[in-house]
Amino acid sequence: MKKKVFLIGNPNVGKSVVFSRLTGVQVISSNYPGTTVELNRGYLKIGEEKLEVIDLPGVYSLSPTSKAEEVAVSLLRECPKDEALVINVVDATNLERNLYLTLQLIEEGYVVIVCLNMSDDCCHRGISIDVNRLAGILGVPVVPTCAVTGMGIKEIIHFIENPPLVSKDKIFGPNRWQHIGEIIESVQRLSHRHHTLRELLEDASVRPLSGFLMSAVVVFLSFKLVRFLGEGLIKWIFDPFFIKLYMPIIQRLSFALGQRGFLHHLLVGELIQGNIDFRQSLGLLTTAPYIEFAMVLPYIIAFYFVLSLLEDIGYLPRLAILLDNILHRLGLHGFAIIPILLGFGCNVPGILATRALESKRERFIASVLISIGVPCVPLQAMIFGLLGKFGGFYVAGVYLVLFAVIIFTGTMLQRLTKGYSPELLIEIPPYRFPPVELLVSKLFFRIRGFLIEALPVVLAGVLVVNIFFYLHLFDFVTALFAPLVEGLFGLPRKALVGLLIGFFRKDVAVGMLMPLSLSAKQLFIATILLAMSFPCMASFVILWKELGSRYFIKAVTVMLVLSVTVGAILNLGILR
Amino acid sequence: MRRIPLSKLTSGKKAKVVEILGGGGLQARLMGLGIYVGREITKISNFALRGPVTVKVGRTTLALGYGMAAKIIVETE
Repeated sequence: MKKKVFLIGNPNVGKSVVFSRLTGVQVISSNYPGTTVELNRGYLKIGEEKLEVIDLPGVYSLSPTSKAEEVAVSLLRECPKDEALVINVVDATNLERNLYLTLQLIEEGYVVIVCLNMSDDCCHRGISIDVNRLAGILGVPVVPTCAVTGMGIKEIIHFIENPPLVSKDKIFGPNRWQHIGEIIESVQRLSHRHHTLRELLEDASVRPLSGFLMSAVVVFLSFKLVRFLGEGLIKWIFDPFFIKLYMPIIQRLSFALGQRGFLHHLLVGELIQGNIDFRQSLGLLTTAPYIEFAMVLPYIIAFYFVLSLLEDIGYLPRLAILLDNILHRLGLHGFAIIPILLGFGCNVPGILATRALESKRERFIASVLISIGVPCVPLQAMIFGLLGKFGGFYVAGVYLVLFAVIIFTGTMLQRLTKGYSPELLIEIPPYRFPPVELLVSKLFFRIRGFLIEALPVVLAGVLVVNIFFYLHLFDFVTALFAPLVEGLFGLPRKALVGLLIGFFRKDVAVGMLMPLSLSAKQLFIATILLAMSFPCMASFVILWKELGSRYFIKAVTVMLVLSVTVGAILNLGILR
Repeated sequence: MRRIPLSKLTSGKKAKVVEILGGGGLQARLMGLGIYVGREITKISNFALRGPVTVKVGRTTLALGYGMAAKIIVETE
């Protein structure tokens, strides 16, 4: 019996899906190389024993080229060979390229089980593989699987229980690719077919003209779908729930508490013209849940539904090619669009995803751009909720300003940051259509993650703020910074509380601005300041961890200087 | 037979890699992805203004930066 099971394979072959099947631990999987940038660990129970299973980021060979790949290879090398069992997950529809790593693993003397994943997709693509012959040539067990449905996983477990012996001294020679060519020749048969619609669309998306056209359609439809789903959920589900079902309960509570006093202030908040107002009362049981559930959650669901769809189909890497040129001007390359897009959901996974970029310089630039110019869903939902009533012009304006900030910051950083930015080198996956269950479970996983992260912070934030308000503790700070806030940004001094709360969570911060009845211009400036200045605590910590102290301080300086400058320019220069 | 960089190859044409200029790092990276001397590849497209080049290698579709494509020398009829 071995001690550790490593899942290793090329990027985007489905290692994470196999991992989930083996351990029952759910992790995010998508259809683009580089989804897994951290290690996923889980346990497989066999009889009395618990075996550690480690899902490694994808690698093309045992000589790593990015930080994520480095992590994968060094972790494998750390473990003594006689304690490691390697499950080499292989994309059956692209056997040839995948075998390069397989041969390296076998040559290095690891105990290898080859998991021939996505075998079900082979017949659609007219590929047939002689599994027994392949196992014979390689000298290791080969198991055809389809991890998304669970086919073949039992057999993999059987081989983990009874690991094969190492085939000693198997050397495939210096010309590995030539050898692979011979193996492919003898085990793989292709039946010729006409090009399918899927293949036509795959090709069209990587040609200039048709590619840009397709991307315009995809981006437009995605925006529309997010708005449609988000607004629909609010209008038909969440708002009716809060107004029809929840309001009477809270009203009863408010009466029971005598409509005043510390507890009432804490739980229900202030009465607005004698009534409870979910948007303005600022109570622990009124505004806090309303912000999270009726304003933010619907957009979280809508955004992640659309993102998951695009991820699983495999469209995102195609966007990377189209945007490569522009992103080069910002010191990045096309792949950086993926972390940026993830950042629109929440900055934390966005910053983590920059690990798939090759150089430190790129990771720094991308992380700064995400934290300064990419508003997360909670913030965006609040921008829509608050500014929307003044018209689409203001909402679009926020995005426009943030876009300009990204372009400006990127151009500056590209000139001022030392180091090199490598070129794009990315595999474009085929389009795949994942089973609906997989999409739904990924969506639930992300929503649960959001709620677990957000709810405690929101409740704690509102609680602390309410106590502070009650004891008038903010008065000193607001008085101190009043010249800055009033003079420079044209905001009432009370708005400072909101801006400071932005450090905890952006949605709560905007919530703090709601009762202030700000003008459109003031809200516009406040939301831009919230988006650009300090990221929320969670992204702050991740940024620090990922960049290290020196770069982190640089990043924070850039953010502070730029947000104050932009805020002042907007207030004094443009929106007079 | 003409030797030209991959970046200059006409889209849709097949060609054989004959040389990879540049350091061992690039060679190793491309090797892992299946681009090596002697390999036949098909160019799918390239983008204007020194944009990326897309190629098909076996069953893999790859996008590579212009500079990288300029370092891959191919031979074509």
